[in-house]
Amino acid sequence: MSVSAPDKKLATSGPGIPFILKKAFISAAVALVLFSLMIGIRTEAGPTGQLIYWTRFGDLALLVGAVFGGSIVIELFRQWLGPADMGQLIPPSVQGGLTIAGRFVAPALLIFTLLVPVIFYNQRYILDLAILVLTYVMLGWGLNVVVGLAGLLDLGYVAFYAVGAYSYALLATNFGLSFWVCLPLAGLLASLWGVMLGFPVLRLRGDYLAIVTLAFGEIIRLVIINWQSLTGGPNGVSGIPRPTLFGIPLTPGDDGLAAKLGIEFSPTHRIVFLFYLILALALLTNWVTIRLRRLPIGRAWEALREDEVACRALGINTTTTKLTAFATGAMFGGFAGAFFATRQGFISPESFTFQESALVLAIVVLGGMGSQLGVALAALAMIGGFELFRGLEQYRMLVFGIAMVLLMIWRPRGLIGHRAPTVYLKQAQAISSDLVKEGHG
Amino acid sequence: MSGDNILTVEHLTMRFGGIVAVNDLSFGAGHRKITALIGPNGAGKTTVFNCITGFYKPTGGALRLRRDGDAEIALERLNDFRISKQAKVARTFQNIRLFPGMTALENLMVAQHNALMQASGFTFLGLIGAPGYRAAEKRAIDLAKFWLERIGLIDRADDAAGNLPYGDQRRLEIARAMCTEPTLLCLDEPAAGLNARESAALSELLLSIRGEQGASILLIEHDMSVVMEISDHVVVMDYGVKIAEGTPGNVRDDPKVIAAYLGADEEEAIAVMESGS
Amino acid sequence: MDYFAQQLINGLVLGSIYGLIAIGYTMVYGIVGMINFAHGDIFMIGGFIALISFLVLVSFGLTAIPVILLIVLLVSMAITALYGWTVERIAYRPLRHSFRLAPMLSAIGMSFVLSNYSQVAQGARVKPVPPIITGGYTLHEGAGGFVVQLSNVQIVVVLTTIVLLLVFTWLVARTRLGRDMRACEQDQTMAALLGVDVDRTISMTFVIGAALAAVAGMMYLLYYGLVDFYMGFVAGIKAFTAAVLGGIGSLPGAMLGGLAIGLIETLWSAYFSVEYKDVAAFSILIVVLIFLPTGLLGRPEVEKV
Repeated sequence: MSVSAPDKKLATSGPGIPFILKKAFISAAVALVLFSLMIGIRTEAGPTGQLIYWTRFGDLALLVGAVFGGSIVIELFRQWLGPADMGQLIPPSVQGGLTIAGRFVAPALLIFTLLVPVIFYNQRYILDLAILVLTYVMLGWGLNVVVGLAGLLDLGYVAFYAVGAYSYALLATNFGLSFWVCLPLAGLLASLWGVMLGFPVLRLRGDYLAIVTLAFGEIIRLVIINWQSLTGGPNGVSGIPRPTLFGIPLTPGDDGLAAKLGIEFSPTHRIVFLFYLILALALLTNWVTIRLRRLPIGRAWEALREDEVACRALGINTTTTKLTAFATGAMFGGFAGAFFATRQGFISPESFTFQESALVLAIVVLGGMGSQLGVALAALAMIGGFELFRGLEQYRMLVFGIAMVLLMIWRPRGLIGHRAPTVYLKQAQAISSDLVKEGHG
Repeated sequence: MSGDNILTVEHLTMRFGGIVAVNDLSFGAGHRKITALIGPNGAGKTTVFNCITGFYKPTGGALRLRRDGDAEIALERLNDFRISKQAKVARTFQNIRLFPGMTALENLMVAQHNALMQASGFTFLGLIGAPGYRAAEKRAIDLAKFWLERIGLIDRADDAAGNLPYGDQRRLEIARAMCTEPTLLCLDEPAAGLNARESAALSELLLSIRGEQGASILLIEHDMSVVMEISDHVVVMDYGVKIAEGTPGNVRDDPKVIAAYLGADEEEAIAVMESGS
Repeated sequence: MDYFAQQLINGLVLGSIYGLIAIGYTMVYGIVGMINFAHGDIFMIGGFIALISFLVLVSFGLTAIPVILLIVLLVSMAITALYGWTVERIAYRPLRHSFRLAPMLSAIGMSFVLSNYSQVAQGARVKPVPPIITGGYTLHEGAGGFVVQLSNVQIVVVLTTIVLLLVFTWLVARTRLGRDMRACEQDQTMAALLGVDVDRTISMTFVIGAALAAVAGMMYLLYYGLVDFYMGFVAGIKAFTAAVLGGIGSLPGAMLGGLAIGLIETLWSAYFSVEYKDVAAFSILIVVLIFLPTGLLGRPEVEKV
């Protein structure tokens, strides 16, 4: 249903001012109770160690007033929109234009990404941010295989990230192996761990699967923290060697790449190199995923998500299908972890918390499960947005959480609302997300 | 006679806790024949299906599958997906279980998963685009096209299965089962919810499957027009036991069967029949 | 033996706290099928509210401990219940008919909001209080000089838990609300058709869960003497593990799971290592689920084919 020209008669055409005021009063009253103790009173450990407190009634009044006013604004906004729902905010003519433009978004984005180091060569901050975004894009694409394609709810993806990072870190610092040797090893170890995760969860459904994957993630983190002789415990592993371009280090010395190429050395070289490295890894993830989707294994993953019972009736071994999904997703997570270790030069268990798993899952769900472009856009929005909020300091996570809630309410099925079929006779027609199942684990 | 049967059910028993859903059931499904399993609701027919197709493990009894020239397979010992993969027994479901978020064509491609997996070298050959795999994929698409034309859905091949009308979905599910190239096709109420015209088309489809593909068919059905028209052999169940077996004509006139469906006594049924009303 | 008995007592007390939180998880899951990731943080908010109300009451000059405790209990239950209600209204109700992951992510977002909110509102540092309930009983003096003790705090925690469990069981089995809850759990549409106010029933479920979590928060405060903004996440995961271990959707299962986790944690710390106690708890969960895919008391799901 399309939205006609907005009716600006506001309060006189809807349920009326008394209704709005009543709602605002109730909201303010609720806010008053909720904030009375938490905001109105501020506790702190006093100078002698015991607890003291002071009142902040001014702040309390301010907040309650804000809730009152905000409630009025939201009600007015809701009435202005009419009975149409939030998803119809964009008029159909614009929507049509967007779909046509949509086909160009992916290639345009790719070209832009390739040129980022060129455009922003001197802005170290932007380059670092871009590397961070690409890391999460890769993680999102990796988790997408498990959650988006196979429909297996994995809440502990950070475990594979950690295995990859620590594998490289320990192999490099203990055995001096180069990044390029360790990268496949990291992926292998991570996917082995993925298979080990897969076995106990084979018979589990939905939320049981979720908690076990979460448990695995926590177990990995706790083992890393506590097995100090192996992993250095909370101190982490430092002195992780930076990657070389097939043996040629990116250092200022005479054996460095700059000297070999005859150009002046700059520390930006290494950043640019890292940027293209993660871009290559991410694109590899993307390419493999797209190809796998068109192969029987990828189709089996998606069929598993749609209806596991039907899969079994068609002779598909759901056990191996699930295990390969876990293993593949884990492998990409491992690669990303190895990259993370080499980029930072130092890793510690603090980087591998449940918040990371939740963040990657949010990226996958927000992207519109199964959509490669959607996941990339979601990573850009969330990580980029998170950085933008840096100025808010302590309020950052608060705003981030609110943003997550609002985004889910607005677009529960993600930014990209459709699925592209993998094979077609005449024409590939996008399938609306309403038809696509989310999987039951 | 078991010699002519593709499937021999012997003393099948299925117990769920204290409830006996199927009690000492024995019957045979003939080679290249259409066998119908009928009976009032709750008689245990779908339970029998689930035992045959590996979704339940029978509490007792044997399920013997004998294909042309092959050794006998004990179905009760196979795990679910193996029954489709190795024993070549395919099934459809009472509540349609298509893949709604995938197109009709994709549904049929998923059915050919095992053949394609082998041809793709367990994915690796497929990943590098080996010609052997591409040929296999083309063959798979051709088989899918064949079935789509057979059921009249070739024009809707690229539509999402969830968007298809109910009757089309039923036929698509059968086509998907046939894409696994089975020797025994088990259909659970394929005519449910179909009108007279659609039921007739379904009967024709099943007869042609029996004739051209040479598949044996075992079906659960409530629609008597379909049962009477196409079945070679009918088995009637009630409360988990077999109460009658024979040709459609014999079964239709059997007073025990009438009594079961009417919920009446056998004597009453005989009385009603003899009075000619 | 005495050492073991002491650990047993400690484990059961800790387990009671986990059980109270786990009940909230399992109730919500039973009725709307979602994992309420913010529930652990509701527990944390409950602890904070208890702390603050306690401080305020003491500063007004009240000295009778039982009176203070009762008021604190009621106040924190009421306010925290309102938090639970608000979270449901804002973050979950709009997504009720959406697919499964949207409310879960909304819950994760809400969890970030709540823990950050308390960090911003009350500062990031741990808030300690001096012991409010002191004293106890010596149960047994062992030959080796080890004394098995049962402190008053422990008695209060266990008694409160038992009372609440009884009230709650009565509520679910005998009252109209309980019947409505059970009906909604089984078939929401049918319940609505039969006149049950589904929205209100679901809201009440969240409210009751939050109230129980508030009690757990207060018990935590009494038992450990501190609250911090991070305690919700840790306790939340453990309580959720407990709910799943016991069989999610089953109320006695939640309590049983809670006690189990509490015991595992305490006994493992006592006899093996403190660092790996959580690993032990999670590992046992995984092992149990391998053999009992729906948990200890969970109803085995027979999939209709």
